[in-house]
Amino acid sequence: MMGERIGIEVSQAIAEAAMLSNVDVVAAYPITPQTHIVEHLAELVANGELDAEYIPVESEHSAMSACLGAVATGARTFTATAGQGLELMHEVLYVASSMRLPVIMSVANRALSGPLNVWGDQSDLMSVRDTGWIQIVAANGQEAVDNIICAFAIGEDRRVLLPVMVHVDGFYLTHVIEPIIMPSQEEVDQFLPPYDYPLPLDTERPVTMGAFAPPVLYPEAKKAQDVNLRGAMPVILEHWDRFEKEFGRKYGPLEHYRSEGAKTLLLTMGSIGDTASAAVDKMRDEGKDVGLVQLRLWRPFPFAEFRNAVRDADLLVVVDRAISFGGPGGPFCSEVRAALYDEEKRPKVTGFIAGLGGRDITVAGFEEMVARGMEIAETGAEQEYEIYGVRE
Amino acid sequence: MQNYNVYASRLVPKREPFAPGHRACIGCGEALAVRLACKALPQNVIIANATGCMEVVSSQFPMTAWRMPWIHTLFENTAAVASGVESALKAMARKGKRPDTGTKVVAMAGDGGTSDIGIQALSGALERGHDFLYICFDNEAYMNTGIQRSSATPFGASTTTSPAGKMSIGQKTWKKNVPAIAAAHDIPYVATASHSYPFDLMAKVAKGVAMPGPAYIHINSVCPTGWRSAPDLSVRLGRLAVQTGVFPLYEIENGKYKLSMELPELKPVQDYLKLQGRFRHLSEDTIREIQQRVVEEYEKIKEKAQ
Ligand SMILES: Cc1ncc(C[n+]2csc(CCOP(=O)(O)OP(=O)(O)O)c2C)c(N)n1
Ligand code: SF4
Repeated sequence: MMGERIGIEVSQAIAEAAMLSNVDVVAAYPITPQTHIVEHLAELVANGELDAEYIPVESEHSAMSACLGAVATGARTFTATAGQGLELMHEVLYVASSMRLPVIMSVANRALSGPLNVWGDQSDLMSVRDTGWIQIVAANGQEAVDNIICAFAIGEDRRVLLPVMVHVDGFYLTHVIEPIIMPSQEEVDQFLPPYDYPLPLDTERPVTMGAFAPPVLYPEAKKAQDVNLRGAMPVILEHWDRFEKEFGRKYGPLEHYRSEGAKTLLLTMGSIGDTASAAVDKMRDEGKDVGLVQLRLWRPFPFAEFRNAVRDADLLVVVDRAISFGGPGGPFCSEVRAALYDEEKRPKVTGFIAGLGGRDITVAGFEEMVARGMEIAETGAEQEYEIYGVRE
Repeated sequence: MQNYNVYASRLVPKREPFAPGHRACIGCGEALAVRLACKALPQNVIIANATGCMEVVSSQFPMTAWRMPWIHTLFENTAAVASGVESALKAMARKGKRPDTGTKVVAMAGDGGTSDIGIQALSGALERGHDFLYICFDNEAYMNTGIQRSSATPFGASTTTSPAGKMSIGQKTWKKNVPAIAAAHDIPYVATASHSYPFDLMAKVAKGVAMPGPAYIHINSVCPTGWRSAPDLSVRLGRLAVQTGVFPLYEIENGKYKLSMELPELKPVQDYLKLQGRFRHLSEDTIREIQQRVVEEYEKIKEKAQ
C-alpha cells in the first residue's frame, strides 16, 4: 500500500512517523511548542494504535535518561522536546552520543529564556551543536516526517550508532496543518530494519556500559567519537538515497533553489527557507542574480558539499536565528565563515541575525537583508554581523 | 551472628557479582554493602549505577568489577535510567522482541545522588510505579568529591562544606529522612539496612528485588575516609549506629512498619560518636542534644511499628 497525502498538523504527523517506525519506548515531558507531539503519541498508545511503553517522566532530564536506559536495553526509543527542555537535557545529550546510544528525538526549535519566550528560533539548536548528535533540520512537515523515519535508519545503523535530532521550527511547523504524504506501514517496515543493538544490557552476556576513562584514554575516546560522527556522512547519504528509491523524495545535506550560477546566495536553515525561496523568486523576477542554499544537515557539517555549492558565488548572505553573545555574531554564520577560510576561491560572507523569539521574517525582510548584504560587501561595515529589524 | 565465620560459607552464595579487585579505600563499608547486596540479588539483574564512589572504584575503563550487566550514565539520573531499562524490558517482552526472562532492574546510588540531586528522578520513578529496586548506599556525605555535606549528613558532623569552626558545629541540619519520603509514595516495600548486619541486609535486598513494583532500601555504609574513623572499625561502627538507635533497622511493607531487631535498650550515642573524627569537636551539650533527638526518633519508629 502506498502512502497517501493528507492534511495533518505537523506535530501529529511527527508522532505518527514515530509510530510507523514502531517505537518501543516513548519518554514524554510537555513543553511548548513540542507538546502536541507527545500528546498525540499518548493518544496513539491509549487507543492501542501504538504498542509502546509511554513513560510520562517528571522532567526532560529524566526523559533523556530514561531513553538512554531503554536504548541500551535494546528498545527503539523516541522523545521530543524544545527550548528549555533541551537545555535541561543538555548534560544527558553528551552521554547518548558518547555511549553510542541511538535515541531519536524531534526538537521543536524555540527561543531560550529570558525573557521567557515560547516562540520559535534556533537558539536551542545551537546550544546543543557540540553534543555529538546527528542534527537534521527540516524545512517543512514532509521533511520532518520523512526524516524521523530516516533518523531511525541512520542512527541505528551499526556503522553509525548515534543519537539523532530532527529539528522542526516551533509553531512555524509544529502548529500548522500541511498536506503531508504519510508513508504506509508496509513501506516503513520495508525501509526500516528492526533495531538490533550489538551489545545491549543482557544478563546472558553482561557488559559494563558507561565506565569512566582516565586521562590516558579520554582523548582517544573523544577522537573516536568525532571520527564516528564524521564517518556517519556516507551512511546518512546512503539512507537518504535508499529513501528516495523507496519513497521518491530526495534528501541531501543541502537544498538548492535557483542557486545555479547565482552571484549572491542566501543561506538559511529550517522553515524560513520557504519564505526565502519566495524572496528569491521575486528578486529573480526583478533581474537580480540571487539564489538560495538551505542547509539540512547541521551535524555532521557537510563541508565538501557546502564549499562546492557556494564556491562560485561572490556573496553569501547568511541568516542566523540565534546569537553567540559577545562572540562572532551568529553561530551559523561563524561556522560558515570558518568552513570557507582556507578556500582559495570563496564568496564574501555577510551575517544577519533575524527572527529571534518568533519575530517573523517576511519576503521583504529577505530582500532587505540581501540588499544590505550587497552594500556591506561593497563598502564594508562596522560590525561583522547585523541584527535585522531590531527597533533601536 | 557471632558464628558468622563458621556458617557463612553455607549461608551466603560464593558468587561475587561485585568482583574483588576494585579500588575502594581500605575498610570501605559502602563497597562491603554493595558486595553483600549483589550476593543477594538473583542472577538475572541489570544494574543502573549513579556517579559516586562505587562507580569510580569499580569501573575504570577498560576494567570492571561488575559481573552483571551494568550501566552508569550520570550522577542524578539513575532512577530515570532504571525506568527506561524496565520499560524497555516490558515493551520488548510484550512485542516479542526479546525473550521474557524475568530480568529485574536495580538502581544504586549514594546518599548525595539519592537525597539531593537525584531525588526528583527517584520520586518520579517511584510515583510511576516502575518494577525496580532502588538502593541508596548512605555514607552520609559526598565522598567521591571529597567529603562534602549532603542532606543525609548527620547533625554536628564536620565535612569539607560544613566544617566545624569557631562559629560552627559542622552540619547544622538533621539528616533528611529519605526512607520516609520513599514510603510516602505508597510503594510496596521500603527498608533500612546496614552492612554490619549482613544477613538482614541480604534478606531485605532479596525481598525488595522480588517484590513487584518499586522497592527502596536505604543502607547505612560506613566510610572510614570521610568519617575519619579507623578502617578496622567499619563493621563495629555500623553495628553501633544500629545499637545506639542512630540508624534503626526496619521495614515498611505496604505501609506497615516493622523493626528488624529487638534492642532491649539503646547504647549511648557517645559510644558511636567518639570513634569518628568528624564528631571530634562536639561539646557535651551538643552530644546531649543529639542523644535526645536519637531517642525521640527511635521512639517514633517503634511506635509506628506497633
Ligand atoms: C551534575 C553533577 N554535579 C556534581 C557532580 C560531582 N559529583 C560526582 S560524585 C558526587 C558525590 C557523590 O556522593 P554520593 O552520591 O553521596 O556518593 P558517594 O561518592 O558518597 O558514594 C558529586 C558531587 C556530578 N558528577 N554531576
Ligand atoms: S571514600 Fe569512603 S565510600 Fe568512598 S571508597 Fe573510600 S571508604 Fe568507600
